[in-house]
Amino acid sequence: MNHPDNLRYTDTHEWVRVEQDGTVTVGITDHAQDALGDVVFLQLPDVGRTVARTEAMAVIESVKSASDIHAPVAGTVTAVNQAVADAPEQVNQDPYAAWMFVIKPDSASELDALLSADAYSATLG
Amino acid sequence: MDTPNTAALRRTPLHPLHLAAGAKMVTFAGWDMPIQYVPGILQEHLHTRTHAGLFDVSHMGQIEVSGPGACAWLESLTTADLVALPDGRQTYALLTNDAGGIIDDLMIQKVGPVFHVVCNAARLAQVQAQFAAHPPGADCSVTLHEDRALLALQGPQAEAVLQPLADVAGLRFLDVREYPDAVAGGLRLSRSGYTGEDGFEISLPAAAAPAFAARLLEHPQVRWIGLGARDTLRLEAGMCLYGNDIDDGTTPVSASIGWAVAPARRHGGPRAGGFPGADIILAEFAAPPAKVRVALLPDGRAPQRAGARIVDAEGRELGVITSGNHSPTLGRPIAMASIARAAKDAGTPLFIDSRGQKVAAALTAFPFVPNRYRR
Repeated sequence: MNHPDNLRYTDTHEWVRVEQDGTVTVGITDHAQDALGDVVFLQLPDVGRTVARTEAMAVIESVKSASDIHAPVAGTVTAVNQAVADAPEQVNQDPYAAWMFVIKPDSASELDALLSADAYSATLG
Repeated sequence: MDTPNTAALRRTPLHPLHLAAGAKMVTFAGWDMPIQYVPGILQEHLHTRTHAGLFDVSHMGQIEVSGPGACAWLESLTTADLVALPDGRQTYALLTNDAGGIIDDLMIQKVGPVFHVVCNAARLAQVQAQFAAHPPGADCSVTLHEDRALLALQGPQAEAVLQPLADVAGLRFLDVREYPDAVAGGLRLSRSGYTGEDGFEISLPAAAAPAFAARLLEHPQVRWIGLGARDTLRLEAGMCLYGNDIDDGTTPVSASIGWAVAPARRHGGPRAGGFPGADIILAEFAAPPAKVRVALLPDGRAPQRAGARIVDAEGRELGVITSGNHSPTLGRPIAMASIARAAKDAGTPLFIDSRGQKVAAALTAFPFVPNRYRR
């Protein structure tokens, strides 16, 4: 599995990229897309929605199953990737290009709780 | 992720081939079975619709019923017309309980004086219990063949793939033939399947199965197909999955499979009734039951899955989805639901309670994707 070192991770299989402006871009990991199988549907949150850390804020469905996508940090949704909702197979093809939403964190300190690539890989056993 | 105790799971004779093909294995009815291979469910599904897919269904129960009393005993437990079933033909049949529910759905073949029955792996224990509760007389013997494998080869290229190994070109849908020389111990196949495509179900000795499967897989058109695509294929074909769409509390007419009760076994037929629950089941042809299985096309793109409630515009409960998923062929969600017959008859607008949102669903006819049997 490919879990790039420049990203942070959650134990619920989201990847997080911390941008220069302090916002975070979120998608699901290579491990997650592989476990889900063929993704056929993605329900994204509304821009402007406020979310609590670990809140279920989006839904991803494969032929096999449905899963929630969780907020890696508390904050406000500032952008969503409608292109990937329109062509959800992109999640399987390149999970790190298929970002799903951007959150402006309430507190930068929550970023410290995110996992490194090595720590995330270790959770997969 | 759960790590089942795989040592306790049963394995088919093809298990090493699945692992070698990169299958993701899951526990199904006590068996370690392939849910998908490297291409994934979508590609496997579409491959079966366009080429030929090979399924290992060796977990299913293969039961031989023989002897002079075989026909009468099987008719005493099922809805089939086995008296009129010609030699070399197969029929779908229901094993019923005293309440008119379905213990299992079966395929029954007649080959000479012998009946070959295939039942669901997850229902084998219940099938055997029903047999034990209604034991045959001395003129009939029942044998479970755990020493046999079962393969299904499905898709428009199935005949061309199989023809060099067994002369199947003359067979029509539901024909059955034995090929004593095709493999050591011989094989028996039927032109049938669980995908809606033309294809074959092939019973053969376990010892011969890996080499036979490998020969089929040598053909460039053939790929392994897992249980995941098997489910989406049968859903598109409008076929019931035991445990989802039918169970021991579902009657045939309420499941919209009244056709599986042979005319000879209905009122006015030469051997009306005579199977468990017949009074209840046959009465439903005259006075339809309150529920009916229907085909639905949910709005939007989200798969609507088993367990989701069906409601009317005011939110009153009308039924439940029994099977639902994304249709790879149609590129949209499809579903089967058990709903109030009155709502179907009245054309009541239907909605799916989907995570608190109401999603409209249009009634359509089975199958979702036209079948392509060689009748």
